[in-house]
Amino acid sequence: MRLPMPALGIGLLALILTMAMSSWLLFLSVLLIMALAYQLGRRRAIAQVGGPTKIKRLHSLPAYHGLYAALWAGIPALFVMGLWIGFQDQVIIAQVIDALSPTQIEGLSPGQFNLLISDIRNLATGNIVSAQVTSELQAAADHYNRLRALSRIAMWVVVLALALGATLMVWLQIHPSLRARNRVESITLAIMIVFSSIAILTTLGIVLSVVFESIRFFKLISPLEFFFGLTWSPQIALRADQVGASGAFGAVPLFVGTLVISVIAMLVAVPIGLLSAIYLSEYASRRVRAVAKPLLEVLAGIPTVVYGFFAALTVAPFIRSLGAWLGLDVASESALAAGLVMGIMIIPFVSSLSDDVINAVPQAMRDGSYALGATQSETIRRVIIPAALPGIIGGILLAVSRAIGETMIVVMAAGLSANLSINPLESLTTVTVQIVTLLTGDQEFDSPKTLAAFALGLTLFVVTLALNVVALSIVRKYREQYE
Amino acid sequence: MNKPAPQITPTGRPNPVDIVRASLKRRYARERRFRWLGATAVLIGLLCVVLLFADIILKGYTAFQQTYIRLPIALEAESIDPEGTGARAAIEDADYLALIRNALFELFPEVRDRQERRLLTSIVSVGAPNLVREYVLAHPDRIGTTQEIWVPATADIDMLMKGHINRDLPEAERRVKDQTLGWIDRLAAEGRIAKRFNTPFFVNGTSREPELAGIAGALMGSFYTLLLTLILSFPIGVGAAIYLEEFAPRNRWTDLIEININNLAAVPSIVFGLLGLAVFIGFFGMPRSTPLVGALVLTLMTLPTIIIASRAALKSVPPSIREAALGVGASSLQTQFHHVLPLAMPGMLTGTIIGMAQALGETAPLLMIGMIAFIVDIPQGFTDMATVLPVQIYLWADSPERGFVERTSAAIMVLLAFLFAMNLAAVLLRRRFERRW
Repeated sequence: MRLPMPALGIGLLALILTMAMSSWLLFLSVLLIMALAYQLGRRRAIAQVGGPTKIKRLHSLPAYHGLYAALWAGIPALFVMGLWIGFQDQVIIAQVIDALSPTQIEGLSPGQFNLLISDIRNLATGNIVSAQVTSELQAAADHYNRLRALSRIAMWVVVLALALGATLMVWLQIHPSLRARNRVESITLAIMIVFSSIAILTTLGIVLSVVFESIRFFKLISPLEFFFGLTWSPQIALRADQVGASGAFGAVPLFVGTLVISVIAMLVAVPIGLLSAIYLSEYASRRVRAVAKPLLEVLAGIPTVVYGFFAALTVAPFIRSLGAWLGLDVASESALAAGLVMGIMIIPFVSSLSDDVINAVPQAMRDGSYALGATQSETIRRVIIPAALPGIIGGILLAVSRAIGETMIVVMAAGLSANLSINPLESLTTVTVQIVTLLTGDQEFDSPKTLAAFALGLTLFVVTLALNVVALSIVRKYREQYE
Repeated sequence: MNKPAPQITPTGRPNPVDIVRASLKRRYARERRFRWLGATAVLIGLLCVVLLFADIILKGYTAFQQTYIRLPIALEAESIDPEGTGARAAIEDADYLALIRNALFELFPEVRDRQERRLLTSIVSVGAPNLVREYVLAHPDRIGTTQEIWVPATADIDMLMKGHINRDLPEAERRVKDQTLGWIDRLAAEGRIAKRFNTPFFVNGTSREPELAGIAGALMGSFYTLLLTLILSFPIGVGAAIYLEEFAPRNRWTDLIEININNLAAVPSIVFGLLGLAVFIGFFGMPRSTPLVGALVLTLMTLPTIIIASRAALKSVPPSIREAALGVGASSLQTQFHHVLPLAMPGMLTGTIIGMAQALGETAPLLMIGMIAFIVDIPQGFTDMATVLPVQIYLWADSPERGFVERTSAAIMVLLAFLFAMNLAAVLLRRRFERRW
């Protein structure tokens, strides 16, 4: 039987909608049960002591009984639901693979194996499939769909049972002597502890995700080649006889490019940022300061994609025509343009950090210097800057780490081809540019090309982390010195 | 002023006062130079701000208008609704491009050659037939009459009318040919060309054609992403701040948390994108390119900002408030939630708004999780494929057409307007509710 296409389309759409909606609907149902549990708990507490006039006999206020019931109704159910949604796909895929006939899996490379799995998934959800739809593939897809439907129903049953069961349990527990407030408070405190541990989980997630993928990468490409190789051309050919078939993963050109662009940025940002911080905190009148400081800080609030646009469409052509006028050959995606604009972006960063440390220098040191007859600039150069130097250096290190990790400006204004050069008029590429170009295509997740991006990410993370740790410890030590 | 003669001290060395006096002029000159240097640095910084804004506004202000051509379109009944049923489906399926072409050929009867006719048709946007269709659907009673309808011109004509195409260039180097120029000039002389407010820019999704491309899809994507980010990051950030500031014992675990928060604030945003790609998409199998994953990544990114700001706000609440509450028998959590939190709330909200503004402008991590797909449809929920405003800007900035440069700048203006409004709200909130104890 052949269904007419529009009907099939509508049917599929409805199916997808119900699948997407069902989790939200379940979530809303749990919230509803929580509200119900709150009311039930509160009412029962009041009823147990015999009416609202006698609530003094309760250990905790009725609202705490309600909250206690609501928390019990919601938290375990939502927790299980989150786990279920997070892991159901993996469990189902594992089941589907178990059910596949061994002849289908035999002799498949990991890449082909992943392709098979994504084909099953695509066929099940009605997307385009890469391979011929065989009856076995169709059977696997049907199996996948059956398991998904089963899992959805099971999730509804388990989650609702948990929510209602917990409500009932608390309802039975409620008694005038129940220490509901203390229990609610312990639960709240536990939730807050979990919330504050998310920072650690995030760091752990970052480390684990980049480290695991990097280890897989370093199994394919030796770390020696990656860190010291001089050519970078990550194209892996589809056929062996293609031109440039062997990908080269020597990251030195990227490191050099990143360094050149960061140095240009710092050459712009440090003098301008530091001098304007000094001028605004030591010389400027109150009114000038009140106007100029927020205006400079506007630069910090502008999204980097805007700077990228400015660099690529205004600064780069300007530098190119300026170079042509001077008789220099400037690439249209010169490192100079990207570096200059990145420097502008970092100005407020350097100036506000320097401002902080300059203001932290005790007034007594200034007064001492003036008393000896020094002029203001002599005081600044001979007393304040040496005293603030550790803090300023810490701030500059933080700025360097920001320059190294900056992505959008270089993606839009710097080049893609990896030239090993330190000439800022040439087109250079950076670590972040390569991460973006390697990961924003439709590649397989397993090719060395995508794994290389994670190795670059690991390098970036380690370098910026080291810079931050050093910078923060310098700044902290410096602050303690004057406290 | 005559200088006093240098006095020689009994030891034969010059008087220190005189050494100082002699060097004063040089020292004052140095002082002035240094001062000028500082002032120049501030001026350069301010100049950068002005240049950046001027550049974007000058490039983009024209995008808020769009060139339209008024055509006398004969809405012939036999080609729109040959059976005269007035059925909606029939009207929707009619060939409106043919009607537009006929109107153009009416206006320029001397154009006979097929190739020339094609050139003539190309001055009207490919989106024009849709517009005429909407018009007819809205006014079915006008079928059979000839109506003067404004249809959008193609991007090249738009650029020509806005003066971005130089008419003095030789024909081969110009995107608009001499013949087309003649037609346009004639239409302009007849009052058939005008620039009108660019509504499509605000209500359309993106498109390959600059004159049809709009930011509505990206705006909705940004809206869903930010909404979910706010829902997740505000309670988590505030909860973490209260615990760390008010309850946490000083031990290794809390030290570790503090170090982590400070370092996460300085981790490059692209690394968060890698995390999202590997963990949320790769491990948990969440749908790619959706506001859901985008919001999770942005939540992790904005949490440090919110936590640091919230802790500062809690710190500024004087201890006497806590002591008074504890003194009348409140539990420590009641003290926090009933007394300290309401007083710290303005500062926490300010920090949250600033964190949201950062999230709104963030691009790089969203590229990693695939929010750069070309999506014409306007997203309807958290799990629809979507893109966000900064990513849309990035995508348009890559397009070579002059028409997209203008629209990119206009999209940037919209983004900056939102950011400005959010920052203004934060400043006002701080002014209105900040208390000095």
